[in-house]
Amino acid sequence: MALAFPIAVGVSVVCFALVYIAPGDPLETVVPSDATAATIAVIKHAYGFDKPLAIQYLIWLGRVLHGNLGISIATNRPVSLEVGEALVNTLRLVALAMPAALIIGYAMGVAAARYPGRMLDRIVSGLAMFGISLPNYWVGVVLVIVFAVQWPLLPATGMAPIAPGSIGMFNWSDLRFMILPAISLALIPTGIIARSTRAAVLDVLSQDFVLTLRAKGLDEEAITRHVLRNALPQVIAVVALQFGYLMGGSILVETVFSWPGTGYLLGYAIQNRDVPLLQGIVLVLSMIFVVTNLIADLLQVRVDPRLRRG
Amino acid sequence: MKSDSFSSNHRWLRTLLLLSVAVSAADVSVAHAQGVLKIGMTASDLPITTGNPDQGFEGYRFVGYNLYDSLVEWDLSSATKPSVLVPGLATSWHVDPNDNKRWIFNLRQGVKWDDGCPFVASDVVWNLAHLTDPKSAQYYAAEAAQASSYLTNYASSEAIDDHTVAITTKRVDSLFPYEISYILLVSPCRAKALNYNWQDFANHPSGTGPYLFSREIPHQEMDLVPNKNYWNKARIPKQDKVELFPMPDPATRTAALLSGQVNWIEAPDPDSARRLKAAGMQIITNTYPHNWDYQLNFVKSPFTDIRVRQAANYAINRADMKALLDGMMIEGYSTVPPSTPYYGHPVEYKFDPAKATALLKQAGCYPCNVVFGISSSGSGQMQSLSMNELVKEQLDAVGFNVKLDTMDWNQLLAVGRNGVDKYPNLSAINISHQSQDPFDALIRLVSTSQWAPHGSNWGHYSNKDADALITQIYGEFDAQKRTALLAKLNELMNVQAMQIFVAYDVNPRALSPNVHGFVQAQSWFQDITSVTISP
Repeated sequence: MALAFPIAVGVSVVCFALVYIAPGDPLETVVPSDATAATIAVIKHAYGFDKPLAIQYLIWLGRVLHGNLGISIATNRPVSLEVGEALVNTLRLVALAMPAALIIGYAMGVAAARYPGRMLDRIVSGLAMFGISLPNYWVGVVLVIVFAVQWPLLPATGMAPIAPGSIGMFNWSDLRFMILPAISLALIPTGIIARSTRAAVLDVLSQDFVLTLRAKGLDEEAITRHVLRNALPQVIAVVALQFGYLMGGSILVETVFSWPGTGYLLGYAIQNRDVPLLQGIVLVLSMIFVVTNLIADLLQVRVDPRLRRG
Repeated sequence: MKSDSFSSNHRWLRTLLLLSVAVSAADVSVAHAQGVLKIGMTASDLPITTGNPDQGFEGYRFVGYNLYDSLVEWDLSSATKPSVLVPGLATSWHVDPNDNKRWIFNLRQGVKWDDGCPFVASDVVWNLAHLTDPKSAQYYAAEAAQASSYLTNYASSEAIDDHTVAITTKRVDSLFPYEISYILLVSPCRAKALNYNWQDFANHPSGTGPYLFSREIPHQEMDLVPNKNYWNKARIPKQDKVELFPMPDPATRTAALLSGQVNWIEAPDPDSARRLKAAGMQIITNTYPHNWDYQLNFVKSPFTDIRVRQAANYAINRADMKALLDGMMIEGYSTVPPSTPYYGHPVEYKFDPAKATALLKQAGCYPCNVVFGISSSGSGQMQSLSMNELVKEQLDAVGFNVKLDTMDWNQLLAVGRNGVDKYPNLSAINISHQSQDPFDALIRLVSTSQWAPHGSNWGHYSNKDADALITQIYGEFDAQKRTALLAKLNELMNVQAMQIFVAYDVNPRALSPNVHGFVQAQSWFQDITSVTISP
C-alpha cells in the first residue's frame, strides 16, 4: 500500500509528459479545423494551457489530491464522471469476459497439463495460441458479420441504454449487447490463462512431493487437488494481470462495437489530445492495476503460506 | 320513466360517440406516426448541444441546425441546385447605406425559444457577447472556440429595436451573411435560469430549431423529437424521433445498417457499397462543396515553379482515382466543384503524363523530390491512405519522387495551422476542405492576409492580382457582380495551378429501403425533417 501512491504519482508524471511530447496541442481538434493558431492561443489561455508545464502539472496534482480530476476539454463534463461511467461500462464486459476466460482457460490448461505431449495437449495449446494471436478486433468484426448481419441474432454495435450505475446483465435485452464484445475481449486472456495454467501445473507435477504422494499411494484425484492448489499462486498472478488488462479496455474492440468503455474513452482522449481526460483515465487505470496486483499478492499469500515466510 | 330512460340512453350514446371520435383522432395521430430515424454518424462522439456544435459539420448537420437556428440559413430543399443562403431568424438583411461595415438584420417576428421566451433583437446581441466577450457573464470559452473562425470580422452589435439588430464588422465584408450563417443562437432565458451553468444547459438546451432535445446517453445516443411549434411550418419534422449514434468505424456502421440497428449511415466506405446495394439499401450521393486536394509550399522549391505545379496536375489520372473509390467521387479540376455558381471557366489540367514529364524537364526538376504531409484518416479525408498511395504512384510515373509523411489527423491539423514556416520540408499537405461559402472555398487559401498561422493559406501563396480581386469581392455588395469576381478568382487560381486538384467528395450515405422523403442537398448540411420511415 505504501508504494501505491508513489507509483501512481510516477505514472501520472510520465503520462503527463508523454501527452505533451506527442505532436499536436490540446484544443487542436476541439476547435474547428480552420481555426487559426492565433485563435487557439486565445482559447488555450482560457483553459490555462499556456502556463508552464510544471505549473500545469502541479495545479492538476493539487486538484487530484482533492478528488477533482478536472473537466474534459472535449465534452465539458467532469473527468471523474467520464472515467467512472466508462469504468462501469467496461466492468459490464469484464464481468462476462473474465469468468469465461478464467473457467475456460483454466480448464484448458489443466487438461493440457494432464496429458502432456498428447493430442489433447496439442489441440489445447494450439487453441490457446490461436486465442492469443488472433487480433481481437478482427474477431469482433467477424462475429458481427456472422451473428448480427448474416444471422441477425445479436446487435452489431452499441450498448443497451442501461441506467447509470446499473450492471445491467440480468436481463436479455441488456445482455445481448454484451455477448459479442465480451467474446472478442475474452480470447486473449483465455489463451494466456490456458498457457500459464498448463505451465504452472506441469511445473508442480515435476516436483518431488508429487512423486512422494504417488509413492505413498494417494489416488490421482487427491494428487490433482494438491497439484492444483500449489499451481494456483502462479495462476492468480496471471489472472490479476489479465483483469487489469481487461479493465483497461481494448481501444480497438470497444471502437468496433462502439462500446463506451475505458478503451474507447482512452482512444477518444488520445485522438483529441484531451489532456485532463487522458491523465484522469491513465491515473485511474494505473491505480486499478496497483490495487489488483496488491489483491493478487494477498491472495497468493493466503493460498501459499510459504510466500508469507518469504 | 321512458323519457328519462331515453334521455339517459341518448346521453350515453352521445358520450360513446364522443369517445369514439376521440379514439379515432388518437388513432389518426398514431396512424400518422412516421417512425424513428436512427442515424449512425461518423463522429467519434455525440456533438455538444450548447449551441455551435463540435464534431465538424456533422455536428451542425445533425444537432446544431436541428436544435438551433441562425439569422441566415442554407436552402437545403434541392438536390439539383447549389445550396444558397435563405432567411433564418432574420427575414432580410442589408448593409447600412451610410456605413458599409454595418449590417442591418430584420428579425422574424412571433418566434419563441423552446422555453417560451420571445426571440428579440437583444437576444442576438447577447449571443454575440456570449461568443466573443470574455468579460460578459454569458461568455463560454468552449462555444467561443467553436464559433471563433466565423467571427474574425465581427466588431460589435446593437439592438435597434425588438425586431432589428445591427452588426458591425471590422472591415468591409460583403460576405458577412455567409459567416453569420454558422452562428447558432441559444436562449438567454434558459442560460440565465441555469445561472450560466453550461453543463446544465447541455442537458436542457433551448433554441428555436425544428427539433427538441429529448435525451442523451453520453457517448452512446442522443434523441431528438419534433418541435411542433417550429416557426417554419413547412419544416416541422415528419418522423416521431431521431436517434443519433456515434459510430466512427465504417465497418461498424455498415454492420449496424445491415442488421437493422440503424436505418441511416453516413459515409459508407466504397468497399461496402455493393454489399449494401445488394441488400436493398439506398446509396445516395450528390456533388457538394468538399475538395480533396493538396496545398503547396510556395516558399521552398519545387512547387515555387509553376511548371512543376502544372506537371503535378497533369500527372493525376482522376479516372483511376474514381475507379479506386468505386465511382464515389467527382473528378476534381479546380478548388470548387463545377456546380458552384462561381466556378467560371478555369483551365482544367486533364491527365497528360507526357506533358507532365516535359514540364518537369523544362523546370530542371527531374526527378523531382517532394514530401507530402498526409494523415492516416480524419474527418473529410476520404480514403486517405489508398488515395495518397495512388497519387504517389501517378506522380512517380511522370518523374516525381514522392515521399509520404504520414501522421495522425490531429498532428496534420497542427501542421496546417502553423504554416509552412514551421514545416519547410513539406512540399505539400493533404487536408481536404469545405468550400461551402466563398471565403472558405477560395479566399482563405490564396489571400496574403490569410498566411498561416493567421489563416488557412498554409503554403504562403501570394499573388497581387488575387489580393486585388479579393479586396474587390469584399467591397462588392451586388451578388451577381460579386459572383463574377469570384469566378475570376477561381480561374486565376487554376491558371496558377496553386493546388494539386484531385477529387470532390460526393457525400455518400446509405439508407434503409423504408426511409423515404430525403432530398440530398448540395451542401455539408442536410434537412432531415422531411424524412419518414415506413414500417
